[in-house]
Amino acid sequence: MEKHAVSVWFFIGALLTIYGVLILVSGIYGLFVPLNHTVAMSHLHIGIWWGSGMLLIGVGYIVRFRPRRKNL
Amino acid sequence: MAAACLFRAAGARLSLSPVDLIIIVLYFGLVLGLGVYLRRFTTTAEEFFMAGREMTMWVAGLSFISANLGSLEMMGYAAATYQYGILVAHAYWIGAIPAILFLALVMLPFYYICKTHSVPGYLKLRFGEGARSLSAISFAVMTILMSGINMYSMAVIMKVILGWNIHFSIWVSSMTVALYVMAGGLLSAIFNEVLQFFLIWIGCLVIPVVGLIETGGWAGMVNRIQTNFPGQDFMHLWSTTGTFSNNPMGAHWTGILFGWGLAISFGYWTTDFLVVQRVMAAKDLRSAQLGTIIGAVFKMMVPLIVIVPGLLALAVLPYRLVPESQGGLANVHTYNEALPLMLARYCGPGLLGLGVTALVAGFMSGMAGNVTAFTTVWTYDIYKPLIWKEASETHYVSMGRWCSLLGVFVSIGTAYLVMNFSSIIVYAQVIFVFFIVPMFGTVILGMLWKRTTPAAGFWGLLAGILTSFALWLWVKFNPDALSYVAFSGYAKDMSENMYRAMWSLVANVLVTVVVSLVTKPKPEHELEGLVYGMTEIPSEGGFSIFQRPITWAAAVALAFVALNILFW
Repeated sequence: MEKHAVSVWFFIGALLTIYGVLILVSGIYGLFVPLNHTVAMSHLHIGIWWGSGMLLIGVGYIVRFRPRRKNL
Repeated sequence: MAAACLFRAAGARLSLSPVDLIIIVLYFGLVLGLGVYLRRFTTTAEEFFMAGREMTMWVAGLSFISANLGSLEMMGYAAATYQYGILVAHAYWIGAIPAILFLALVMLPFYYICKTHSVPGYLKLRFGEGARSLSAISFAVMTILMSGINMYSMAVIMKVILGWNIHFSIWVSSMTVALYVMAGGLLSAIFNEVLQFFLIWIGCLVIPVVGLIETGGWAGMVNRIQTNFPGQDFMHLWSTTGTFSNNPMGAHWTGILFGWGLAISFGYWTTDFLVVQRVMAAKDLRSAQLGTIIGAVFKMMVPLIVIVPGLLALAVLPYRLVPESQGGLANVHTYNEALPLMLARYCGPGLLGLGVTALVAGFMSGMAGNVTAFTTVWTYDIYKPLIWKEASETHYVSMGRWCSLLGVFVSIGTAYLVMNFSSIIVYAQVIFVFFIVPMFGTVILGMLWKRTTPAAGFWGLLAGILTSFALWLWVKFNPDALSYVAFSGYAKDMSENMYRAMWSLVANVLVTVVVSLVTKPKPEHELEGLVYGMTEIPSEGGFSIFQRPITWAAAVALAFVALNILFW
């Protein structure tokens, strides 16, 4: 694993961050614009919570496993 | 726009928003990008087929469990939970944990120390070419068949639930897998499986979290199930298995314990190269063992994202799901739709895309597992010994790359074959019992009993396969035979499989022992590194108690016992 310039955990962090932003923004948008289809427990606004959680985990992974010069 | 049009079709039960589509397309882009990026690291055969044997325990462990978590596994077991209740959790607990721990503590040292490239490769070292060829050919056939069945099942679900074009689902998903496996081999498959592991969990975990809030917790969910299905017991693992007719699966505890918990489970987890290959790619034996135990921990937790959604479907859906045979009517949903329906119930825009991506990731991880295992077994255990022995390493790597593509094409062909003979899907488990279960008896006797002879290895394996096949034919043409094979006419498909697996293993062991006693064993010096008592296992003396695999295996075993008592 050491010889690979970019860690797999970094890729995971990047994907979770992007997905987290998309889901969070989508959840916030849903606060103002009603959905086309019924979603049970929509009052929980789970998208906002889930997106925030993914964003936090993703950023944590990016920082922790970012490519460093010594690995390149 | 073209993709969006292909995604949408008349009759779709869910509609994806633009943000859902972006999430799905991003996923496809990343897995392809990873494959291209990792290609530069896979130039030698060891790097392409065994990922350079340098994976850490976490990467090996998550990949090990992700390769097993295919779409058929996720949607199929959620559907089975709707039918049979929590009894299906046996697939994750008694049907997995003891075998995975056994693999980690007892069998991995032999696989790892002899430096074989595959399980058939171990049989070659232990028993010779006959046993290797038989196991390699049967494994290759099974892998391609299972891969095609998985692919078709996934495409059907995507068509029914999302209205995706069935050919589009098959070709785009499978060619993506082909490209990233062809580019980066096992390394690329493993990296993607770790990524897929995260997506599967994050995408599916929404259902139990929101579902249990809706039902007011576990007790609320149980109350709702009892109200919706009065007089039926969906919530016990063992207490209803004293008789075949007392539980919805038609199962008896002897079949669950010996058929599922011993024959099927040990056969799959210890000898199916699809999963074993992942931990054999670990950087050292201790990492391989701890990676396997990490896999066991997550396997034990999978019911949270598969079984609980099935139970929640029993509790909250305002209508009853029906068997596949009654599907196809408007406003009628089948058992197989349980998991996607629960995703649709709780997920708005964005989360729905994440959930669908989790299902696609499940399909891809399962398929990549099949393709990489097939590629390695084909190249090392069929092509190299039987077709072209003296080629260069570059030639074998090239063969591996093209074989990945060929494996996917053959799987696609199998998927189209299944389309025309849909009953083949019913036989998926049957095929598995034919080929994998007997391998366990042959491998374990070879590892633990030095008297086991090369002839016994071959004939025992063949006897196990033929027994399973003969029993299946017997019941197929004479349904009354079920009372003999499974001890009861009440036994359903899953229950029958458990007993057939048990008989297959018994035949395998008996023939292996008898033939061993009348034929000549290998000289002892040829068994070094292959057999218990003839192999020097690295000492763990230099490690603290918390660094030793046995400590963590004991902790997992305790949790396993506790779960069985909790849901007794």
